[in-house]
Amino acid sequence: MATLWNSYRYLVLRRVTQIGLLVLYFGANAWGWTILMGNLSSSRFLDFVPMSDPYAALQMLVAGAVLATDLLIGVAVVTVFYLLIGGRAFCSWVCPINMITDAANFLRRKLEIDRIQGSKQPASRNMRYWILALSLIISAIMGLTAFEFISPISMVHRGIVFGLGFGWAAMLIIFLFDLFVLKNGWCGHVCPLGGFYSLLGKFSLIRVQHYEENCTLCMKCKTVCPEHQVLHMIGKKSLPVLSGECSNCARCIEVCDDDALGFSIRNLAENKKTGE
Amino acid sequence: MSENRPEIKKKKREPLSDRRKFILNMARGVGLVTMGGFVWSAYVDEVTASTLLLRPPGAIKEKDFLKTCIKCGLCALACPYDTLLLAKPGDNKPLGTPYFIPRDIPCYMCPDIPCVPVCPTGALDETSVTTDGVLDINIADMGLAIVDDESCIAFWGIQCDACYRACPLLGEAITIEYEKNARTGKHAFMKPIVHSDACTGCGLCERACVTEKPAIFVLPRETAMGKAGDYYIKGWDKEDEKRLENAGEIKTTTEISKQSAMDSLNSGMEDLY
Repeated sequence: MATLWNSYRYLVLRRVTQIGLLVLYFGANAWGWTILMGNLSSSRFLDFVPMSDPYAALQMLVAGAVLATDLLIGVAVVTVFYLLIGGRAFCSWVCPINMITDAANFLRRKLEIDRIQGSKQPASRNMRYWILALSLIISAIMGLTAFEFISPISMVHRGIVFGLGFGWAAMLIIFLFDLFVLKNGWCGHVCPLGGFYSLLGKFSLIRVQHYEENCTLCMKCKTVCPEHQVLHMIGKKSLPVLSGECSNCARCIEVCDDDALGFSIRNLAENKKTGE
Repeated sequence: MSENRPEIKKKKREPLSDRRKFILNMARGVGLVTMGGFVWSAYVDEVTASTLLLRPPGAIKEKDFLKTCIKCGLCALACPYDTLLLAKPGDNKPLGTPYFIPRDIPCYMCPDIPCVPVCPTGALDETSVTTDGVLDINIADMGLAIVDDESCIAFWGIQCDACYRACPLLGEAITIEYEKNARTGKHAFMKPIVHSDACTGCGLCERACVTEKPAIFVLPRETAMGKAGDYYIKGWDKEDEKRLENAGEIKTTTEISKQSAMDSLNSGMEDLY
């Protein structure tokens, strides 16, 4: 039992956080709770603290909208929060799409779909940054928040809180895409919000740290990691994971049987020593 | 056959140079971005083209609304009557933005307008529904009620003032006009007339209308109203005459304009046809 908890503790915590947040938002609409009102685009915490999606605000800015004070405060709150805990912590601890893509990825491993496709991935993970740039260009030219009108993240989250409509189709598309077309397709290649948080999270404090002296080179961490390129130091050097693309999901930490990975606070002095 | 194969294989092409690879990769990136950009733009353009939406009170102009609304749903949460809906996939409306369907649930025009101050982005503008520093729902402009006098039974001569009675601005936004019913000679028509300067577009009249499909219904003001332009002036109205100042000159040039008026009239008018 203890080992089971040990190897799934962060996964359980993440699911509790993800589902708990959904329940709080849902309760605001269904039963008038005031803990978290709104949705992931913009919300109010305890009917007082505004929180807003900085990427949506950025699109509004380039689209030429006037940014209200409440929105700017909300953006500041969210930005500072993710600057501290790691940008893509949003992706693995909050975003409801994560549960869909994790399910697809799990099934992909179980069905060994990679063996029919080979290990060569047909698309670059940098695609998300291109899409991020493109979303801003389209927003600027059309005077609209381009991603917000197609975002399956807000579609699903808004859908769960306010009514889904055909939003289930978006969920299914992403599931099938990740399962059959591209491994880690949506979260690891396409999603510009993930790209945005990758850039934001470059400087965050909480990091996964590798202890090379404990590593037995079993590579379980790389198998389970949805952004395995960030673990380039495994078995080579004791380094923190410094890529913003790491979502602090901590799957690598819990699958490691040898205590070769753990959370750490970024130590600037130590980083200077190692030249990072 | 199989012996010939290795012969062909020998003509192996040289590997791509790094420079060529780089250029091809860049071309591919730019090409894909262009393709995706056009598909994306076309889609967004289509899904935001809906002009028949009724927005919450205080909503700024539709074009600005679409870029300013962050689709958080706080207005819908604040609405005590569940009037406001958020467009779902499949509703064929700009995704996630708030709207209402007055025949189902109209806007009940709460005096404290709870939906507006909660808006974090100013897509619902408090100042547009404020008079002398106090929130004033009566100056809201969500749309304009239109009467279809073909299907309105009051225009048939049947007595009905359901819309008039339902109107929160009774006697201002809708008035009843009396007119003699010439068909019977002894009855009156009691016709509901909407006044665009007072109507807020709340839709209580549309909700109350007794006909199978409402004979009075709310449309966005842009859609519901025409515009006379600067060339038609109420000459008897000093205020309206001021609009003449905006009027520029329009000169239409046709084949006939080349001739003087007299020559044109004397020409047998063949050039008119």
